[in-house]
Formats: sequence, structure tokens, C-alpha cells
Amino acid sequence: METTTVFLVLVLLTIISFFMGRKRSHAVTSGLGGARALHSLPKHYGYMAALWALLPALLVLVLWLVFEHGVITRMVLSELPPAVQDMPASQQGLYFNQIVSYAHGATDASMLDETQVLAAQHYRFYDSTSRSIKALLVFLVALAGAILALRQIRPALRARNHVEGILKWMLFGCSFLAVLTTLGIVMSVLFEAIRFFQAIPIADFLFGLEWSPQMAIRADQVAASGSFGFVPLLVGTLLISAVAMVIAVPVGLMSAIYLSEYATRRFRAVTKPVLEILAGVPTVVYGFFAALTVAPFIRGLGESIGLHVASESALAAGLVMGIMIIPFVMSLSDDIINAVPDTLREASLGMGATMNETIRKVLLPAALPGIVGGILLAVSRAIGETMIVVMAAGLSAKLTINPLEAVTTITVQIVTLLVGDQEFDNPKTLAAFALGLVLFFVTLLLNVIALYVVRKYREQYE
Amino acid sequence: MSKQTSNKATAAIRASLKKRYARERRFQWYGRLAVLTGFVFLFILLADIVGKGWPAFTQHYIEVSVNLDPEVLGLPPNATREQMFTADYLGAIKSSLRAMFPEATGRKDKQQLYRLVSIGAEYDLRDRVLKEPQLIGHTSDIWLRAHAEAGSYLKGQVTAETAEADRRVKDQQMGWLDRLRADGRTESRFNTTFFTQGDSREPEMAGIRVALYGSFFTLLVTFAIAFPIGVAAAVYLEEFAPRNRLTDLIEININNLAAVPSIVFGLLGLAVFINFFELPRSAPVVGGIVLSLMTLPTIIITSRAAIQAVSPSIRQAALGVGASKLQTVVHHVLPVAMPGILTGSIIGMAQALGESAPLLMIGMVAFIMDVPAGVTDPATVLPVQIYLWADSPERGFTEKTSAAIMVLMGFLILMNALAVYLRKRFEMK
Repeated sequence: METTTVFLVLVLLTIISFFMGRKRSHAVTSGLGGARALHSLPKHYGYMAALWALLPALLVLVLWLVFEHGVITRMVLSELPPAVQDMPASQQGLYFNQIVSYAHGATDASMLDETQVLAAQHYRFYDSTSRSIKALLVFLVALAGAILALRQIRPALRARNHVEGILKWMLFGCSFLAVLTTLGIVMSVLFEAIRFFQAIPIADFLFGLEWSPQMAIRADQVAASGSFGFVPLLVGTLLISAVAMVIAVPVGLMSAIYLSEYATRRFRAVTKPVLEILAGVPTVVYGFFAALTVAPFIRGLGESIGLHVASESALAAGLVMGIMIIPFVMSLSDDIINAVPDTLREASLGMGATMNETIRKVLLPAALPGIVGGILLAVSRAIGETMIVVMAAGLSAKLTINPLEAVTTITVQIVTLLVGDQEFDNPKTLAAFALGLVLFFVTLLLNVIALYVVRKYREQYE
Repeated sequence: MSKQTSNKATAAIRASLKKRYARERRFQWYGRLAVLTGFVFLFILLADIVGKGWPAFTQHYIEVSVNLDPEVLGLPPNATREQMFTADYLGAIKSSLRAMFPEATGRKDKQQLYRLVSIGAEYDLRDRVLKEPQLIGHTSDIWLRAHAEAGSYLKGQVTAETAEADRRVKDQQMGWLDRLRADGRTESRFNTTFFTQGDSREPEMAGIRVALYGSFFTLLVTFAIAFPIGVAAAVYLEEFAPRNRLTDLIEININNLAAVPSIVFGLLGLAVFINFFELPRSAPVVGGIVLSLMTLPTIIITSRAAIQAVSPSIRQAALGVGASKLQTVVHHVLPVAMPGILTGSIIGMAQALGESAPLLMIGMVAFIMDVPAGVTDPATVLPVQIYLWADSPERGFTEKTSAAIMVLMGFLILMNALAVYLRKRFEMK
């Protein structure tokens, strides 16, 4: 049976359980004066039966789906002759894919050898058996759940509390997903990163000055294991982020000051949403703009005054990233400036200071911690930004702080290492996870500091 | 303080006033300049995209008098449909082009001549003949799709002023195209291919249909996961969560996840869903799961704000007449908060629609021509299609990229307009 059919039948069983639960609640009170004798409304007994039918069966179905493919694959693989089992992972994968696509009827037998045809028959057998068992198991669990619930129904059963208890746990589960996601991120990057550091010493990674992850094509090539020095990537990332900040901070901060202190209400109502469009533009659009419009423009400009500018200069990527971050800096600074109490403004203006003196000598010093926090958040966003740099920054790692040259970043390297064919026994692929680990912790650190600073700042004026 | 010193101080202040006022005016101008800079950047960005993408919505056609000679087509008399399907239409087009421009004799000249029409012209002609088999054996004027390079000349994007070595349309081809244009044998039509076809190696044959379907399926999965879970989490945190360490931990996690770079979610998807759970690569279902994890914090945070904004009197009234906590929330609080929750969810979905970095990690970056039929078929999404096309050096793809961006931004504007509309209605209440 197809999974969708199983699911639909399960939903049907759930609905039937609901009606049976409701009917049973009426039945158990028939001699006691009807529904009035029940603790809860009849529908709550229905909900209870439905939940008991649905939840365990759904769990079984999801677990089965998650592990089905892997288990069948391993069972078929273990029956293949030793010659196949000794193949390298990629070759074995290809060999196995041929079996699967033949088993699904997508290809004919002409491309396959005899073992493959035999294995395909096994595969088909396991596959259909798995489907039958899955359907049977799901229905049995659903029925068992429903019967268990129905047998419990008595007038004194507190069905509403029971149902609400289950639902509360489900609500808790949904919010706990956030913790699981973080855990999943940490685990997935950490495990692969540890495997990477087993191949490459951690000191070489953190302090190496050269990054060229191209590995030897043949295994017998000695000393061609690529070099994985992280410093050029870090410098490149910081360089592009610095260019972005040079654009975004003055423009964003000054816009926020102007809009919150000088602009009329109407001007502000029109201007702010328009500038916020910049935040809603997808990053891939900025990447395209940087690579095809800004980079050639800057290159042409540089050459017209006799400067050599790389066609994938850090300046172009950083400039466009800065444009992207302007609204981010603007709305954060706006919130923070607005949080400064009016009494400070009024006191300064009352002493005869001009508006600009008030802003520079009173408001900004008072808002400084908050603004710094906002800028840190913006930096964290610039470091993690991917598409702009993938499309507009360079690929080769060069250790330089000249914004006219092409540099590469952490995110660019993650993408280049992982897009395309992957083998998970190769330091080149694992390096991406090590970079991901660094990226995650750097941005996490920046965010934690920034959020802490901003919260302290808010508390100061509350 | 004597009168004299006070006069002195006043005089000093008065003398400095002019400078201070000038400074004040300057400062205001800096502010205006900053706002203006933002506007200018936005304008340049949009103008650049629209300017580059506009021509992609038209496609040029060339009218060729095609001689559908059964001999050239390789068709016997009374050919069956199958035979007509596999007939040599390319040969017919080539010989007809040679007949129109007999001066092309050398091998190179002929190659240039054939490059006037698209590779897809062959299939257009086949479909036409299958519809009207009576055309076989006659010479008739038929509009054929122009090659992307010929099209760029007809659109005026490439002119003879560029040195011949720097452009793909050669002088000879320009001459032929000029003659065709003078004879009224060229025409510009709305480019329907762009919306009805999948990816292609030829710019004039490439379309965004596969990407649109892929984006639709991916967003469907994202919404189906992120919306219920996000709202449930927000309800729990606002209405039920006890104040303890576990709740604090959850809240800290949500705030941090909101600021985790999107590419890290891609690494999670690759390691957990593809390598560990062995879900299919390039499939909208995995993309949707990853994007839903990414948008969950947005939905939770905005939903919490919306639930918080519901006035406590509604809760107290419901509790007062004997509703349970859960009934209060489901029957009274959520309906009032729903517009706010929907606004936040739409903004989250708009984010997910424009996101591409995590999808690169899970293999949604493939050359796909077939429209996906479900959430497990290989697909690509609109932003990734843009990324793929932006990498192609051909001029035809640059304009296709910009046009795809215009379509993407159109959807984003629609979604945000809906969110703004909902918020306005919410505020009126």
C-alpha cells in the first residue's frame, strides 16, 4: 500500500474513533440520565479516542518511513558478493542505484549483470514486504489505541483534562523543537568536524596561512593532501564585512537619526517602508547585482584612474552587502534611539542646545551600548551572508587586506566544497563542516554578546 | 556675577550661534543625504534589474518559407503519425534557409546561417506539421523561433558598432537579419516559453516553470510544517509555559536560531535529512523541512507578539464562565490573534521563498527540465534557478535571470502586500 493511502486510512480510522468514542460516552450513561452524568462533554470522549488511535500509529508510520530505506538498502547490500562489497563507496553507490532503478522499472535489464538482476528481485521483495508490514502495523496500532481508549470510557473519566493534558504536551513538544534544532545543528557540524580534525590537526586549521583544499586525484600521490589553513578565509570574510559596515553603519545610523528626530510624521511613514524594501530583496538578487553590475562598474572606474581592480573584488561584494544591511542597521538604531527617554532630550534642549548638539552629546552617548549591540548583530549577519559572496567574491584564498583584490570567505568555501559530488570520507568535504562549526560559533558568540548588551541597555531605561 | 561678565558671556554665545546653527543645518543635510543614499541604491538596483530583464519577455520570430519536401523530410507518401514525429525537420529548415540565402556556400557561412533560428525551431515546426499534415509537400511561410543571439541583434542589444570579434552575431548574420527585417519577415512576440518550459542550455528555450512548481511545492511543505508548529510553540510559551529554566532555555534557543546564518541550516539538512535519514536529494520535501526550521523562529516570535496583544479581559471573561485554559486559547485568544499570526507567517514564507543558500547544500541546484509532480521529485526553486542562470555567460541568460528576478520580486511584493493588508485590518479592530 502506498504511504499516502496508509495515511488516509489512518485519518479515516481516527475520525471513526472519534464518533465511536462519542457514541460510547452516550452508551455508558444511558441508565444514568444521559450526558449530564458525564464528567466532560461527549465530544471530549471522542477526541480522546481519536488521539489514542492517531498518535501512536503516526509515530510508528514516521519511524518506519525514516528507517525503511536504509534498512532495505543494507539488507540487499549484505547479500551482494564480496567483490561488490569491497568496492569504493561511490562505485558501490552507482552499482546499487542501477539495481534500484531496475527494480522500480525505470531501466531495462540490458545494462545490468546477473547479480544485479537477482538483487533487484530481492529489493522488490523486501520493498513490497516492508510496505505490507508497514500498513498492517500502523492499522493494528491505531486499532489497539482506539480500543484501549474506548474501554476506559466511564462517566467519571475526566476526558477533557485527559485530552488537554495530551495537547499541552504536544504544544510543549512543538516549542522544544527549537532546542532540538540547535542540538541538531551542533551535532551535525560537530561530528563531521571531529572527523575532519582527525585527518588535519586543529592547529594547522586554525593558524594555517594557506587554503587550497584541492586533494590528490589518485590515492597514491604523496603529500598532495591539500592545505586547510583557515586564516585567509577569516581575513577575507572580515574584509568584506568591514567594507559592508563602512557603507551600512553611517547610512543606516544617519537615516535612523534623521527619521526619528527631524523628519515629519508623514515623511517617515513613506520613507521607512520604502527603505525596508532593501531588506526584503532576496540575497540572490543582490548577488546578481553585485556580480553583473557593481563589480564591472568598479573595475571600470578603477581602471579609468589607473588602479588594478580584480573582477571579483572584495569592494563590490562588500558594497552590495552594505546596501543589504542598511535597513537592518536603520531599524535597530531607530528602536534604540526611540528608547532613550524624552526627559533627556527635553533637558538638553531646555538648556539651549541645538538639536544636533543634543543628538551628538546626549542621545548618542546614552544610546551607544544599544547601537553597538545592533552593529554586532549586523556584523554577524554580514559574516553569515552567503549568496552575495558566492556570486560576487572570489574562489581562491588570498591573504590580503586590499579591498580591490579578490578574496574568498567562509561561506563561499562551504558552498564550493559541498555543491556537486560529495564523498563523506574525504577531508575536502568534511572541511566544509569544520567551517560550518566555526561560522556557527562565531555568529552565536556575536549574537549572544549583542543581545546581552541590548537587553542591559533596555533595562537601564525601564 | 557682575553685569559685565554676564554681558561678555552673552556676547560670546551670540558670536558662536551662527556657527552652531550652520552646524545644525549641515547635520540635517547629512541625515537627508543618508536617506537619499538608501533611495538611490534601491532605485539603481530596481532599475538595473528591470532594464536588463524587460527584453526577456519578448521573443523574436523569423518568417522562413519552408519547403516541406517529403524527400528532404525522409517521409514516404501517406506517412503515419510516428513517421511524421521523427521526420528530419532540421534538414527541411536548413535547406529552406539555404534556398532563401543562396550566397551562403562555405561550411562556415552555412553554420552561421543555421544559427539564425533556434534549435527549438525544429520542434515548433514538428508540432505545426503534426497539427496540419496538409503542409507536407508544399512551400509555406512559417514563423520560426529566432536564435538567442540573432534575437539580441533584433532587439538592438548588440549593434554593428561593437568590434566583430567581441560579439557572437557576425557581420554576415547581421546582413541577413537586416534583409529579413526589411522584408517584414521578423516579428517580436510575447515570450510564452519563459513561463511554460523548464531549464534549457539554450537561452531562448529556457523557462521558469519547473522552478515555479518547485518553489510552490517547497513552500507548501514549509507552510504545512512551520505554521502549525510555530503557532503551537507560541501558544505554549505565551499561555502555558511555567517560568523555569527549561522555558528560558527554549526562549534563548529561539532567539539564537533567528540569527543563525541560513547556510548552517543547509548543513543541518545535509547531515541529518540526507545523510542520516537518507531522504531524496534535490527534493522539495527536504527543502521544505529545512526552510521550515529556518522560518520557525520568525513565526514563533511574531505569533507570540500577536497573542500578547490580545486583551486580558477576553481571557478573563472566558475563564470566568468556566472555560478551561486550552478552550480559552483555542476558542477566544487565537481567533483574535489570527490576523497578526498570519501576517508574521506570510512574512516568514516570503523569507523562505527568497532563500537559496541552504537549498544549495541539499542538492536543489540541478539542471532539471521535467516539471515535478510531487514533493519527492527532483526540483529546483526560483532563487536557485536565478543563481544557476546568473552563472551562464550568454547574454540571453543575463536577461532571463533578470526576468526571473522580476517574477520572484513580484511574488514577494504580493505576499508582503497581503501581510500589510492583514496588519491594517488588525490595527483597525
